Amino acid sequence: MKPRKVPTPGWNFEYLMWLFTRISGAAMLLLALIGFVGALIMGARYHMDLGTLMRWTFFPNPNHVLNSDIPDIAPWANAYWQIMQLLLVFFGATHGFNGLRLVLEEYIHSWGWQLALRLVLMILWLITLGAGFFLVLTS
Amino acid sequence: MWAWILHRISGLGMILFIAGHVLAGFGIQQLGGDWAIWYNTIYESLYFQLFIYFCVIFHAVNGARIIILDTWPALIKFQREFIWLEWAIVLPVYALTAWIMIQRSLGG
Repeated sequence: MKPRKVPTPGWNFEYLMWLFTRISGAAMLLLALIGFVGALIMGARYHMDLGTLMRWTFFPNPNHVLNSDIPDIAPWANAYWQIMQLLLVFFGATHGFNGLRLVLEEYIHSWGWQLALRLVLMILWLITLGAGFFLVLTS
Repeated sequence: MWAWILHRISGLGMILFIAGHVLAGFGIQQLGGDWAIWYNTIYESLYFQLFIYFCVIFHAVNGARIIILDTWPALIKFQREFIWLEWAIVLPVYALTAWIMIQRSLGG
């Protein structure tokens, strides 16, 4: 059997993605906290239930709070939240597709197929990023 | 071992279903596809929400544990306590969420 290809120490794609996974994970937790606290500051205690608040925490899109008693949707739909959503889309999609890549690469060992896998995943990643960015900016 | 398996399953669940949700949202807004409405109807149903909420909460808390242990590797000797703490956070948070969701869906 051919020996497993192991990444060398130093700055390479694998190391960068390893770092990115940790940093994006921590960043998403921080963004969720900011969304949660922001919602409470904007009066979420009086206008929505826990499920809606959690939906907002996971992703602060005004469509996620439509079924609540918010008097005015404007503070929930301004550019600040849009920027947070864009960051979440980017961190989340990249973190997730990298995770998918890692899981699949554990089962696909030939370098040629791994390259094909990375290409397919990158295309799906770009499509998801595009769709996500478009939705955030138009909803 | 279970933490590893659940982390993988919850991660896969999230990327597949949430990417689908993003694409379905795009479909509803831009493409007018019935598949998109069908997908989001399933996605927003109680049973699916119960599943996806567990995925998010577990993956986030377990991920935080991994980040902490990767940053301060000496803490690995407290791995067992970390796992206990992790379940002590995930289970009450998820139970509260699930209880409220079920209550809401039954009573309105």
